[in-house]
Amino acid sequence: MKKWPVIILLVLVASIPLVVKANYPLHLLIMVGIWSIAASSLNLILGFTGQASLGHAAFFGIGAYSSALLMLKAGLSFWLALPLACLTSALFGFLIGLPALRTRGSYFAIATLGFNIIVTIIIEHWEGLTEGGTGISSIPKPEPIVLPWLGEVNFSGMAGQYYLILFFLVLTLFLIYRIIHSPVGKTYTAIRGGEVLAESLGINTRANKLVSFTVSAFFAGLAGALYASYHGFISPDTSNFHVGFDLLIYLLVGGVATLPGPVIGAFIMTLIPETLQSLLEYRIIIYGGFLIVVVIFLPRGLMGLWRDTLWPRLKDLKQPRQG
Amino acid sequence: MILFFQQILNGIMIGSVYSLMALGLTLIYGILHIPNFAHGNKYMLGAFISLTLVTVFKINYWLAIVLSMVVLGAIGFLVERFIYRPLHDQPHINSFIAAIGLLLLLEGIAYSVWGGEWHRFPTAYRQNLSFFGITITLHRLLVIAATAFLIFALQLFIKKTSWGWAIEAVAQDREGAQLVGINVYGVSSLAFAIGTALAAAASSLVAPVYLVYPAMGSLPLIKAFVVIILGGMGSLPGAVIGGYLLGLIESLASGYLAAVYADLFAFAVLVIVLAIRPTGLLGKKIEGTP
Repeated sequence: MKKWPVIILLVLVASIPLVVKANYPLHLLIMVGIWSIAASSLNLILGFTGQASLGHAAFFGIGAYSSALLMLKAGLSFWLALPLACLTSALFGFLIGLPALRTRGSYFAIATLGFNIIVTIIIEHWEGLTEGGTGISSIPKPEPIVLPWLGEVNFSGMAGQYYLILFFLVLTLFLIYRIIHSPVGKTYTAIRGGEVLAESLGINTRANKLVSFTVSAFFAGLAGALYASYHGFISPDTSNFHVGFDLLIYLLVGGVATLPGPVIGAFIMTLIPETLQSLLEYRIIIYGGFLIVVVIFLPRGLMGLWRDTLWPRLKDLKQPRQG
Repeated sequence: MILFFQQILNGIMIGSVYSLMALGLTLIYGILHIPNFAHGNKYMLGAFISLTLVTVFKINYWLAIVLSMVVLGAIGFLVERFIYRPLHDQPHINSFIAAIGLLLLLEGIAYSVWGGEWHRFPTAYRQNLSFFGITITLHRLLVIAATAFLIFALQLFIKKTSWGWAIEAVAQDREGAQLVGINVYGVSSLAFAIGTALAAAASSLVAPVYLVYPAMGSLPLIKAFVVIILGGMGSLPGAVIGGYLLGLIESLASGYLAAVYADLFAFAVLVIVLAIRPTGLLGKKIEGTP
């Protein structure tokens, strides 16, 4: 990966709150960031390891509920609740991955979907712990922290939240980048290519899939915990399986198994509904139709369009001029 | 004991819906290998169409069901032709997404045509029947009978007609079927149309018992998935047996255990079965599966 474009992009993204002072655009970008983290987590297991999980909303919800409950009921600080929530989510990922990863393809998709529905039903009915259908409100924002050189950083404002989410998004993308470019990442790609073949090469597919699923659940929990603290309110809808479908959509529109894909997808699919506000009634129809068109005509998403079609053409345009 | 028999009868009624839904899903899965997530919304659409036919056009209930099945069959045909067929050679996940796109599309259409409110479906069969202390409305009995008739008719169609044989052949071996001259695309469209029509029949039959609203299909859809996983994906007898079994389990569980957790029960069974037999109870062993 070339370093300069990434650094320039980062500086640009980081300077947005210096220019944009209005709350609403920042709110949209924060949501894009949270969905990007969640979609990237799905990308690890679905895109890079080839196991289509439809239950990631469960991990998102578990992350959200554990951090909220740890802060509100156990009185922990956000900075302690956040990693604990991620670990809780990862633990559930491990436990559900044990039986679910014995299945493949459609069976795995439906098994994870079933697990997701179980989680949502439990959240809805375990009122003593989760407040049931009314949901949990007034979840605290992160406490201010003191950073060297920057002094005290406050997270009550929009800009503070923006940088917090941006930090975790970059961290997530960096870690996933490191994972997929490590030898472990290569085994994931091998498993996606063909499990029997991967096994014949001596890869322990079960163990590798389980690790990938657990790590993926960890990041989905991170996104959920950040969502809970930013939004301040969570309910059983937070872990509804439709959220998992949304993540899948972000991933596909942006481009499966590419690092920027989930971010691009989350960006576009969050902004399209905003521009369609005037067509509110027909929004869901347009959204659904758009998906079908994308999947038929752009099966590898926008990143695929760029890599397969636009970028080679641009290069062709450049070539004759140089020659 | 009366509670027991009452719940058995209710279970058979609920199981009828699950069986019809699962039959459609498994038929489509057997031919196209797509978990059709939009099936629940076709169920919903079928109910809305027969509701409109009965309340607005004052058409006879049974005729309305047949018309709704025809309309949904046509929709299923078009969906297969223009959405799933272009995706046939692509990774599985793309068909998932197309199904989810279709799900949103149909739900959006239902919202803008019929609105988000709950509709009551009028029925002429409100009277209660009582025997041996068990009470049941006539309509519920009719649901059970009509479902049995549809299952029987489908069985006859599959086993006794050449189109039915073609469907079975394609389900067993798509390439082999193509080699002996079967029009596999035609068969795919047909299977999709029949499967979708069955969803319309299920919802139209049961709508007077419950209510009609845009999100009504999501729970029956997921239950039908549980059924076809239990019965083995692509297995028609498995779908029928599994459907009735799940209906009975659920209604007994809600009668004797906590009613709120009845839904949970179904999915817990699903996860446990998959943990023990990853391809379902009656499923074929997939090559290379541990």
